[in-house]
Amino acid sequence: MPVITYREALNQALDEEMARDESVFLIGEEVGEYNGAYKVSKGLLDKYGPKRVIDTPITELGFTGIGVGAAMVGLRPVVEWMTHNFALLALDQVVNNAAKMRYMSGGQFKLPIVFRGPNGPAEYLASQHSQALQTYWTHVPGLKVVAPATPYDAKGLLKSAIRDDNPVVVLEGELMYAWKGEVPEGEYLVPIGKADVKREGTDVTVVTYSKPLKVVQEAAELCAQEGIQVEIVDLRTLRPLDEETVYRSVRKTNRAVVVDESWPMVSVGSHVAWLISRNCFDVLDAQVELVASEDIPMPYNHTLELAAQPSVTKVVAAVKKVLYLGE
Amino acid sequence: MAKELNKNLLKKMLYDMMLIRHFEEKAGQMYGLKKIGGFCHLYNGEEAVAVGSVAAIDLKKDYILTGYRDHGHALACGMDPKGIMAELFGKITGCSRGKGGSMHLFDAEKHFLGGNGIVGAQIPIATGVAFAQKYRNDGGVTLCFFGDGAIHQGAFHESLNMAKIWNLPIVYICENNQWGMGTNFRKVSSVDDFSLLGTAYGIPGKQINGMDVIEVYQEVSKAVDQARESGLPSLLEARTYRYKGHSMSDPAKYRTREEVEEYRKQDPILILKDKLMQEGIVTEKEYEKYDSQIQAIVDEAVEFAEKSEEPALHTMYEDILVD
Repeated sequence: MPVITYREALNQALDEEMARDESVFLIGEEVGEYNGAYKVSKGLLDKYGPKRVIDTPITELGFTGIGVGAAMVGLRPVVEWMTHNFALLALDQVVNNAAKMRYMSGGQFKLPIVFRGPNGPAEYLASQHSQALQTYWTHVPGLKVVAPATPYDAKGLLKSAIRDDNPVVVLEGELMYAWKGEVPEGEYLVPIGKADVKREGTDVTVVTYSKPLKVVQEAAELCAQEGIQVEIVDLRTLRPLDEETVYRSVRKTNRAVVVDESWPMVSVGSHVAWLISRNCFDVLDAQVELVASEDIPMPYNHTLELAAQPSVTKVVAAVKKVLYLGE
Repeated sequence: MAKELNKNLLKKMLYDMMLIRHFEEKAGQMYGLKKIGGFCHLYNGEEAVAVGSVAAIDLKKDYILTGYRDHGHALACGMDPKGIMAELFGKITGCSRGKGGSMHLFDAEKHFLGGNGIVGAQIPIATGVAFAQKYRNDGGVTLCFFGDGAIHQGAFHESLNMAKIWNLPIVYICENNQWGMGTNFRKVSSVDDFSLLGTAYGIPGKQINGMDVIEVYQEVSKAVDQARESGLPSLLEARTYRYKGHSMSDPAKYRTREEVEEYRKQDPILILKDKLMQEGIVTEKEYEKYDSQIQAIVDEAVEFAEKSEEPALHTMYEDILVD
């Protein structure tokens, strides 16, 4: 099977869906002539022309709203945000319009639109460029939110997002774009709303999604060397949440750790931890642990910024804690 | 070149303005009786803008979007007064199944795309609709209405820039009713003449008399022709006036009674009525007939809304996502 990067996988998804459906177009800052700020749209302008690959001025609110309007009358826009940090300027168009137009009109409209771009901390970027903002989107009924962590899932989920008749927010990651993985040739989709067990184990369930998956996988390897078998559930979709796959795993292991690179307060991670506590109460042998980022704006200094995020050490410690294994 | 005005069109514009006026007066009464709740922004005084503009377009291929003061545009687009009144009452038979209310009237078939409660949020959306019209090359034009309050939002400025970069078929119509809630537009605007605000983006602007439906019709027609034929956006400032407060909860103490009375003398319905009577196009008898027909339509709308069912509880979970 070919091994490609996460970036290439997204590019293939865009390319295939644009070839398949004339109503799909890509709009955003630097998506055309520059080939994408992170090169996700490389080659698409040459292939599909400026009508379908549209460079915008730096106006997140404006071009996001243009996408919403185009979707209301039947086009299928893919709106690229250079990062989710800048998407805060477009929050109104996503939350007040894309997510609510169908509801407020009593079901008269559908909004087949994708909002995508990198989310979460990268390196040396300081507070304004290093934020995991998924809570903002996941909080809102009327949106779907996907967070692929592998090239395979990135391609399959982006294709599903583009074909979905609802607004879908896609969370990518600057550091993930270069990650490599197996991606089959030819057509496939990853369904929205389905979690995936990335590693089977019997002792502790670790629920995660997006970039921390790699941290969790490394932690699981270390645990295995000590005889602890970790099962990893990758949520892949944050809304709608595949609760059943999470519970099935926890019912098997009786112990759960949630790993999320957001801030700890009111996050996807804290919500999932609460769901497990509530719905698996009878089978839990320990309290549910949450490994989140520190509750601080991200510092620039590299030592500090690494210390602020979930790490292999923190995940291993949490796994041992729910097993009552002292350091 | 001024568009030819045929008698039927003039009569229709008079009728449509009267319908909006009666509907709004009734809506105000129903609000007083607590049949309608929340925010309810009436259009009394501004009727010529919606009616003259809609008369200038072809709703088979053109679209309209506006802000929260949307009853007039909805009626001008030919939406059923029953469905609108039922929506104001929050009933399941309302055009938005009781989920939108006054600020969120929609009719997909009639190409009326709302109704938006966030000041200026409809401006990028309308620009996107025009983008889609150009993308499909379907010959359609979008009319985007907003108030003097909305024109200072970034959404307006971002949209005009992109509409010009891509030459989108859109007409931006600022309904300057002179009061952004309780703030006079002169106090919060760097310019007195809003039509100048297109200049920075290379978009031609023009101030028009929003109390004169014929002028509105002719000027919007020109702008629409330009959008349709050359794909060029334009900006119109329709100077108008609202007789009521910003919403039903506003007693409008920031302005004088004399100011309101002055504008009532320029009432768009009276101006057109006088003109059509002078020219022998409408008789007093016909006018009275319109009046009684419209009374009956509005009364029926209230009766329909009253008798309609409340939405069943399970409907609150519907219309969130496409399955």
